[in-house]
Amino acid sequence: MDWTRRDLLKGLGGLPILGAVWWAGAAGVGRKMRERTQILEQLNIMPSLPATVPGIEGEPIRVGIIGFGIRGEQLCRSLGFATQEWKEEMRLAAEEDPNHSALEDFEKQDKLNIKLVGVCDVFDVRAEKALRSFNTDDNKIKRFDTYTSMIRSGEVDAVVIATPDHWHAPMSIEALNNNVSVYVEKPMTHTVEETYRLREAARASKATFAVGHQHRQTLSFITARDIVEKGTLGHVSLIQTNTNRNDDNGAWNYDIHEKANPQTIDWEQFLGSAPKVPFNKNHFFRWRKWWAYGSGLSGDLLTHDYDRLNCVLNMGIPESVSASGGIYTHNDGRDVPDVLQVNMEFPNYSTGSSQNKGKENGMTFCYSASLGNSFGRPTVLMGHDATMELGNRLTVWPDGASTRYGDMLELGKMQPNVPIYQYNPAANVPDAISSATSQYFADKGLMWTYIDGVRVDSTFLHMREWLSVIRNGGKVSCGIKEGFEEAIAAHMAGLSWKLGRKIEWDVDQEELKPIPGINFDEVLLANGRWEAPIMETLEG
Amino acid sequence: MVNTTADRKVTMSITLLRILIGWHFLYEGVTKLYNPEWTSFGYLASAQGPLKPVFTMLAQEPMLQWVDVLNMVALLTVGITLLLGIFERKGALVGIGLLSLYYLAHPSLPGVHQINVEGNYWIVNKNLIELVACILLFNFPTGQFFGLAYFRKGRLTKTQQ
Repeated sequence: MDWTRRDLLKGLGGLPILGAVWWAGAAGVGRKMRERTQILEQLNIMPSLPATVPGIEGEPIRVGIIGFGIRGEQLCRSLGFATQEWKEEMRLAAEEDPNHSALEDFEKQDKLNIKLVGVCDVFDVRAEKALRSFNTDDNKIKRFDTYTSMIRSGEVDAVVIATPDHWHAPMSIEALNNNVSVYVEKPMTHTVEETYRLREAARASKATFAVGHQHRQTLSFITARDIVEKGTLGHVSLIQTNTNRNDDNGAWNYDIHEKANPQTIDWEQFLGSAPKVPFNKNHFFRWRKWWAYGSGLSGDLLTHDYDRLNCVLNMGIPESVSASGGIYTHNDGRDVPDVLQVNMEFPNYSTGSSQNKGKENGMTFCYSASLGNSFGRPTVLMGHDATMELGNRLTVWPDGASTRYGDMLELGKMQPNVPIYQYNPAANVPDAISSATSQYFADKGLMWTYIDGVRVDSTFLHMREWLSVIRNGGKVSCGIKEGFEEAIAAHMAGLSWKLGRKIEWDVDQEELKPIPGINFDEVLLANGRWEAPIMETLEG
Repeated sequence: MVNTTADRKVTMSITLLRILIGWHFLYEGVTKLYNPEWTSFGYLASAQGPLKPVFTMLAQEPMLQWVDVLNMVALLTVGITLLLGIFERKGALVGIGLLSLYYLAHPSLPGVHQINVEGNYWIVNKNLIELVACILLFNFPTGQFFGLAYFRKGRLTKTQQ
């Protein structure tokens, strides 16, 4: 060829630039991917699906609903039964916001082989709503006036209990004694004494007992367990978990129904073992605000956070609990605190150590709650080697002073501010969440999980597991052992706040360490803080 | 073709612009080509502005995998044609198309929430500027000055002599 150097330069000058850019791009991406693969291989974390449960074959399981309030309705939807009113409301919501998929999700939900045979609610309006919505030609549903008549009718195989806390144990025990299976909402019990009685009943019964901590079914929590078990975090010395709410619904000021009156509400039955007070709508609809029926932050929300961690770490009952707080944001006649800090001590617990043997042991679980601020503080597990943020999403950051990742950090292959692992099962799914409270639950992984990119109601999975165990045998993921631990931990927190002192657990005796002159259950049931009748005793 | 010093300066400047824009497109394309996990999902799903529904639709399967492949091929095409200086007008057109889509997915319009931007923009942003630069490249091809097109028109140094 006769081309001059000038020809080649002008004609082919772009080629070396193209080669250089191509090489830089390919090499850069390759290096980043290799580094990441190296980290991931070292971590060896496997996001895993919840174990599939065997189907419910044969005759449908006959289910009765005790308590058809807000939560009772939600549980019925998870079982496949939605009221006309709810469907209409969701249809309108979807019209307004195309991403609002609650109705679509409900309709797509797998059908469970069950029959809803009975409903029991002391408020006529609610019981009638259930009858109106669920009564069909091929599925007759009956209203029972009392839970005992439902349980003893011989017409139910299983009951779902979504009542105020003070009814959880009496109803569960009655059902278990009659070999009727139970799905009870949290907290499992209202007093220390009945926690033991319920455990006895569950152990003696042929029926299946489950507590409603549905987050045990979500992918992120199962993955989190794998992360901790593989020593990714090193020794976890501190857990921070929080409740951050700032709205009426979140502070349990639910709507009071216009038709509520002594004629439509069986007030005596609502009260049960609670102190006899005259008919009070506020108490009926907003019972979570009084110790007589509920247990405030410690029973209502701490239990979720405690069990979320107990399902990941299996740390059991704390050896001691100290709590403080007060009624600072909603001074509206309630006697449960609305700001609460709880420190649970686990001095002999360890998630494993990457340092000298014996150097690390023990952990504090710190629960911090306010009903007067909604800044989204995440749940954080703080280990010597890494920090994990736990919710529906999972993120793990290496610690700058980690022993395990020391080499990687020194070589610059890891950086303290760059996550080494991130897991977001919802990455491909746009969500529309309606209220502040549901956002709160969604962030904690309490509303749904994602299986193969499809959103699934975690309560549905939890109830399906319970029903499958009823029919096929096996073990529920939140049974009496887990429920016992949850209830005792919550009662310790409530007692500590009320008494203003540390409550200790005797691991060997499996009981609360006694405090002279204090009857724990009397304290738990008392309104507000406990004021010890010391003066009277002295005078007497 | 290049007659005066002024013309020559203009041609050199546009050539430089062509190379830098080609470089930019090529690098974007190559990093996507070598990363099997890359997807435009996030960019499309977070789209803002009047055409949001269109981009949200593109972010759904099975459309998404085609969008991903087309985007990558288009980026490489623009990069290669502009760098090599051949079929550069076609390349510039593809570039204009791509940048229009990028701009429309995340327009810097008042009242539209800006995501992942490193500066402050009002209507005009860097995508729009690069788009206009591509219009310039379309109207002033420089491949015959520097690029493979140099060989096509028999403009070898020898024949000029």
